[in-house]
Amino acid sequence: MKARLALMVLLCAGEAAAQEIPAAERRSGTDFMSAQTRAVQEDDTANPGMLWVLQGETLWNEPAGAAGRSCASCHGEAATSMRGVAARYPAFDAASGAPIDLAGKIDQCRTERQKAKSLPRESEDALGLAAYIGHQSRGMPIASPDDARLDAARAEGKRLFETRMGQLNLACSSCHDANWRGRLGGSAVTQAHPTGYPIYRLEWQAVGSLQRRMRGCMVGVRAEPFAYGAAEYIALELYLNSRAAEMPIETPGVRP
Amino acid sequence: MSRTLVSAPKTAKAGEIVDIRAMIAHPMETGYRMGPNGQAIPRKIIRHFACDYDGEEVFSAEFHPAMSANPFVAFSTVATKSGMLTFRWTDDDGKIETASAEIAVS
Amino acid sequence: MSVEQRGHIGRRDLILAGGAGLLVLALPSTRALARPSLQEAVNGFTGGTPVQPGKVKLDVPPLVENGNAVGVTVAVESPMTASDHVRRIALFNEKNPQADVAVFSLGPRAARARIATRIRLATSQTLIAVAELSDGSYWSSSANVIVTLAACIEDLS
Repeated sequence: MKARLALMVLLCAGEAAAQEIPAAERRSGTDFMSAQTRAVQEDDTANPGMLWVLQGETLWNEPAGAAGRSCASCHGEAATSMRGVAARYPAFDAASGAPIDLAGKIDQCRTERQKAKSLPRESEDALGLAAYIGHQSRGMPIASPDDARLDAARAEGKRLFETRMGQLNLACSSCHDANWRGRLGGSAVTQAHPTGYPIYRLEWQAVGSLQRRMRGCMVGVRAEPFAYGAAEYIALELYLNSRAAEMPIETPGVRP
Repeated sequence: MSRTLVSAPKTAKAGEIVDIRAMIAHPMETGYRMGPNGQAIPRKIIRHFACDYDGEEVFSAEFHPAMSANPFVAFSTVATKSGMLTFRWTDDDGKIETASAEIAVS
Repeated sequence: MSVEQRGHIGRRDLILAGGAGLLVLALPSTRALARPSLQEAVNGFTGGTPVQPGKVKLDVPPLVENGNAVGVTVAVESPMTASDHVRRIALFNEKNPQADVAVFSLGPRAARARIATRIRLATSQTLIAVAELSDGSYWSSSANVIVTLAACIEDLS
């Protein structure tokens, strides 16, 4: 394993400037999975991510906080009001003057409208709501907003994606643009399209967010990961969504 | 909290074999893992699963730590009469979670 | 190692070598004590009744991407009637810390002698499914699974 990792590092380091993947060659992580894992994702009665979706559905209808309101009190049926919402996030948040991701938006609604306690990122409830809302956009194309106020963050995301970091001195692009056809040990490298988040990852044995996934890669290259909710992750997500524009949402995705 | 996901047909003909699937959110902690502090994470798993059809057990299972997290089982039964399928998961501490599904048999 | 130490074995090296030796000696024996062999586990289930090959179809992918959730299907040839049916299906593994995986209890009302589930495999190994029929006979089938490991392990903190 170590020898292979070292080989991969050499490969990546030896690669010339990484090229962006042409639209015609874009492939979801699903395409890199075994038939068995794909079958689990595609069957809602077998996909364990659906347990989080169901939990989110319960929370959606449950009054919370001092306001005594549920998500449904204002938004009604999620199947109509939330359809396509996850496909557009992160979006620009006028109140803070910065981009906000879906998890941040859910928590904003919770604390400001419901007057309820903030849900910590990666908590079961936060992931459940994100999975439920994400699931309403399943099959819809990722459509990052064409909003000039997001341009700076998107550019920053691209810069971060292409910045070498950590003791292994690898950028996201070193693997996911330049070497996506390769394998790292037994695992497919993949193109890093955020199509299924929050995902049920077999490695985690649970559902986790895109930020947890990016954190895993940062730890993998031995870089100090950003804190959950950091502007850097949101900038990266914005760039990833522009990179994956038009790819259909699979939430809840299942990944090895 | 909806922590279980069961799937069974809502309607069936008498004598028809129906497929049933049951899944529950549970970490199935093996007792063999260590936490970030180097301390062993104590074992906590679902030990037993049973499915009753109109009060009579039609399928059950005994689980060990080698069952995946969020344990999933698929099995079948024969539709006899309209009634309730009840599902019961029991963990190491004897805590029970249940779910049910109604089946109309014609 | 410094130049001065090159001529003799330093004390630290001795301690390290001793420690490594102990580790190498200790590991296999404690492991052997910790869990029964695959055969012992099967004997525990059958009570020593001989197990015949056949009737059981164990379906598991030969190569899996992650050992945390390996899809397994077991089907047994049986009419599943009151007089002739499968009573139990047990799954055992060769190399996990424990040999037992699960025991499924069926019966004529289960209608079809077929179950599917997801299991954990710590490493590449043999898996065996044993079916107990209503006439008291035992039948089995085994399969080898290669488990590939993730290249990067996420820290837990």
